[in-house]
Amino acid sequence: MSTFAIETVGLNFNFGQQAILNNLALQVPKGSIYGFLGPNGAGKTTTIKILLNLLKSPSDQVFIFGKEINNNRIAILKRVGALVEQPAIYGHLTGKENLVNRCLLLGIKRSKADEMLAIVGLTEAANKKSNQYSLGMKQRLGIALALVSDPELLLLDEPTNGLDPNGIIEIRNLMIELTTKHHKTILVSSHLLAEIERTATHVGIINKGELLFQGTIQELQLLNKPLLEIDVNDIDGASMLLTENGYEIATKTDAKIWIPFVSQTESGIINTLLIQNGFTVTSLSLQRKDLENLFLDITKTN
Amino acid sequence: MRSLYISIYSEFYKSKKTLAFWASILLPLIICSLITFGFYSSSEKILNLHQPPMILWLRYIGAALGVMGILILPFYVIFMAFSVNNIEHKNDTWKSLFAQPLNKFSIYAAKYIFAIILIFLSLFLFCSLTFAFGHLLQLLVPKFNFNQYDPSMILIKFYVKLFLSSLGILSIQFILSLLWGDFLKPMGIGFVGTIMGIIAGNVGWKYAYLIPYSHPSLVLSGSKAAANPLNFPIFTPEIYSSLIYASILFILGYFIVMKKSIK
Repeated sequence: MSTFAIETVGLNFNFGQQAILNNLALQVPKGSIYGFLGPNGAGKTTTIKILLNLLKSPSDQVFIFGKEINNNRIAILKRVGALVEQPAIYGHLTGKENLVNRCLLLGIKRSKADEMLAIVGLTEAANKKSNQYSLGMKQRLGIALALVSDPELLLLDEPTNGLDPNGIIEIRNLMIELTTKHHKTILVSSHLLAEIERTATHVGIINKGELLFQGTIQELQLLNKPLLEIDVNDIDGASMLLTENGYEIATKTDAKIWIPFVSQTESGIINTLLIQNGFTVTSLSLQRKDLENLFLDITKTN
Repeated sequence: MRSLYISIYSEFYKSKKTLAFWASILLPLIICSLITFGFYSSSEKILNLHQPPMILWLRYIGAALGVMGILILPFYVIFMAFSVNNIEHKNDTWKSLFAQPLNKFSIYAAKYIFAIILIFLSLFLFCSLTFAFGHLLQLLVPKFNFNQYDPSMILIKFYVKLFLSSLGILSIQFILSLLWGDFLKPMGIGFVGTIMGIIAGNVGWKYAYLIPYSHPSLVLSGSKAAANPLNFPIFTPEIYSSLIYASILFILGYFIVMKKSIK
């Protein structure tokens, strides 16, 4: 049995001449919350549509629960719930009717509809026409629709889109509860790392159809190397001296130099070195990039 | 089979609050009521003609068939083909529909069958309401002689034929509405097709039976031309043509659905 809920092997996908996904190798471990990150247009939604077999993938490139998707479409879809882009809701039906319709299609008891409405906090709006729902309410209904079949794998495409801060926290808690208590696997896409980093156990960063990073959230944080910021009077002279002494200059501006931070003692040695060579050091400080900047850096270099 | 059944049931559930569904009930009800009212209010004039019961029935049935068959039926069919697909286009729900663990054929066939059911329902109501309202007229105006002739056979034959003749149009329009999410393209093509069909049917063009849009009007003009209005055949070239169009396009539509990427 595969330990991955989702595995893609060298997945390529084109819309006509335009390449959308390039050699994508996703590995989503069972029981994880996999944050699928990338700027708009990176290929996140296309990937999710491929995982649902809405877009046809080449054979033997996409495996869900270890099964090839094109040959096991129905068996796989039985175990998957999804929210793709804007929630797909019949506007002329009420929230409850939308869920009942889904129950009909899935052969589930209608009473499940009420249960789901309670989970996403729409009980009071159950009998309101869903085209009168706010964006946040539609998003909740979309999540309820994805959850109604009690799927083992949830694919959520930007689920917190349009939600207020409270709603975002609720969805976050719901995702954590689903994985810890009910052992579900969740792939959640977003273009905001800050939104993912509190819930995700694993992260995949995609840009222009290529996977730039994949690993646990801790591995991502390890990439985030701290820097020593040095304010010194003669930037060019100081850089030359540091390079001669075997230090690597990470980056520099007209007023500052950054080099990788090693330890406090090492920082002291650098300070002494600069001063002994006649430079005036006005400040030395430790800088750590937040993950958001790291994410921007990763996607920028692509 | 189960997947087809639940898909059809879901189509019904989704559309029970839509105009398309109610139109199939209201249309026959309104048209039959209007005609009946017309007969009731001008009963004096009609009675003065002293028509035999069969001719009176034919006149009464023909009033509904004339409006219905030539103009309303094609447009009604175009509208139904549009509505069953538009419910998914409008709400952007194709993606969630095809992400359900149901085979694609069931989802597609359910929509097609549901459109056929709506057309059948509407024509069935036309047929039975014509019969019922004719007898109602008899009750209201006892001097009529509706009760002296049983029109059920001729009614059934007419409406069965009309129903079969509408399947060709349905299949073309179904594919158009499946492919295009907007109202104007399928409607525009349907409108032009219907006008062409009516003209081709009415001028008696030799190959009119090859144009699906002319099938309903051919059914009407053909039965008028028959020597005995009671004894016209159901399976005429236009009906065979309609059924062949329907079967081929139904299969073609399925391949379109299979190939279709849900964007």
